[in-house]
Amino acid sequence: MILIHCPYCGEREQSEFTNGGEAHVIRPKNPEALSDKEWGQYVFYRSNPKGIFHERWVHTHGCKKWFNAVRDTSTDTILKIYKLTDNRPEISEFKSPLKSPSGEPAVGSGNFAVKK
Amino acid sequence: MRKKYSFLSLLKNAFTNNENWQKMWESPEPKKAYDVIIVGGGGHGLGTAYYLAKEHGIKNIAVIEKGWLGGGNTGRNTTIIRSNYLWNESAHLYDHSVKLWENLSEELNFNMMFSQRGVMNLAHNEHDIKEMKRRISANRLNGLDTEWLDTKQIEELVPIMNARNLRYPVLGAAFQPRGGTARHDAVAWGYALRSNEMGVDIIQNCEVKDIKTDNHKVEGVNTSKGFIKANKVAVVASGHTSVLAQTAGVKLPLQSRPLQALVSEPIKPVINTVVMSNAVHAYVSQSDKGELVIGAGTDGYNSFTQRGGYDVIEETVRAIVELYPIFGKMKMLRQWGGIVDICPDASPIISKCEVKGLYFNCGWGTGGFKATPGSANVFAHTVAKDEPHKINAAFNLERFSNGRLIDEHGAAAVAH
Repeated sequence: MILIHCPYCGEREQSEFTNGGEAHVIRPKNPEALSDKEWGQYVFYRSNPKGIFHERWVHTHGCKKWFNAVRDTSTDTILKIYKLTDNRPEISEFKSPLKSPSGEPAVGSGNFAVKK
Repeated sequence: MRKKYSFLSLLKNAFTNNENWQKMWESPEPKKAYDVIIVGGGGHGLGTAYYLAKEHGIKNIAVIEKGWLGGGNTGRNTTIIRSNYLWNESAHLYDHSVKLWENLSEELNFNMMFSQRGVMNLAHNEHDIKEMKRRISANRLNGLDTEWLDTKQIEELVPIMNARNLRYPVLGAAFQPRGGTARHDAVAWGYALRSNEMGVDIIQNCEVKDIKTDNHKVEGVNTSKGFIKANKVAVVASGHTSVLAQTAGVKLPLQSRPLQALVSEPIKPVINTVVMSNAVHAYVSQSDKGELVIGAGTDGYNSFTQRGGYDVIEETVRAIVELYPIFGKMKMLRQWGGIVDICPDASPIISKCEVKGLYFNCGWGTGGFKATPGSANVFAHTVAKDEPHKINAAFNLERFSNGRLIDEHGAAAVAH
């Protein structure tokens, strides 16, 4: 269980929130001009990085407001919480603990098979 | 030489304190180049190597594994095997697998402990009943052995179940007698043993860092033991597949999430079938050691931490205690998480891609173990022939462009 700092209510348990998937996905302005492949990319494809991830949350069992977060998916550390109206923080602002794309962080991973 | 296991070999080794068992497979240093590199040494990956060597005559193969064999989701699932999926494509794929499971111990001369004790899916409301009866009819048209049980029949099969006096009473169940469980390590070890005998190199503790491509053709993989050249690279890395695909510039429609399981202290046999319930999210079976094997749900957010949240376990345990009051005072021994790769339609991807020589077998989400032999078998065909087997032709990447999805959210046991 992780704790999430709702920008409106303060720190609460993750189970009070619902995850809304990747943040900053923009619906194409001209769907009719897109090929099936391009439309499929918008509908079905979301980034799934190990490491820094921009995502949406909604405080379902609280204020019911949406907000964005930057979380490290390799450790579940929440690096930044920001409002929907704020600019997207650049990935370069954050330090990833991973040495390779599918590596394991020294701290925060439950993968004891490969944790060094 | 083929290592034979028999009652006699057990007896012989028992007299010498089990100190003279041979190593099951070699651990060589990687060669400079291979015909096929398989990324991921779980059941699906090792099985792919086995069928490539056995059915397609390709022997210059390496299986590269970041940790140890079968230490990923092969060793982290609840070992349930069934094929009662709704759509024709899935029924064919999963039943291909069940049929292979039925002869796998004999084929590999390695005990899979495959026990066809039946798998039961409980219905708790009107919608469940309609959905399950529809699925049973679809299954029977595909030649599967699924049948409908009413509450009385369920109580006869599982006397410890509190089917009537609970918030969501059990109104019936879909039952597949040919379903069951198997030993998770055995499938990885059996395939590793027999593929190694045919010359497959099994390389453990070696992480694939990225997939090298040139001009839309695969060149090899960069690993923690250096660059290894390959004509073909087959990625079977479950939760990490999309991360590796990204290094080759390929985007996959997958989301990785932790899925948890837990086992109790061992007790005498009390439940001799597998009982699953989507509606209240409780599924349980009893291992041969006597532990209750319980599958929890996925966490509601992407993560690679192989842990999972306690609220998810709480939800499952709550439902199990209500359904089986006699488990109320039992202690749980272990809990763990595995990272599953979930596809938008809850069906796998067994496909080539726009990079020549690069193949993916992924998207098994919360239910890949049951498919291990079948998936490996058709994936080996796909890699060897550079075109899909007719069983996995529908499980391609193009379905996310042309809309021919195979929606199995109803048949997937874990809601996601």
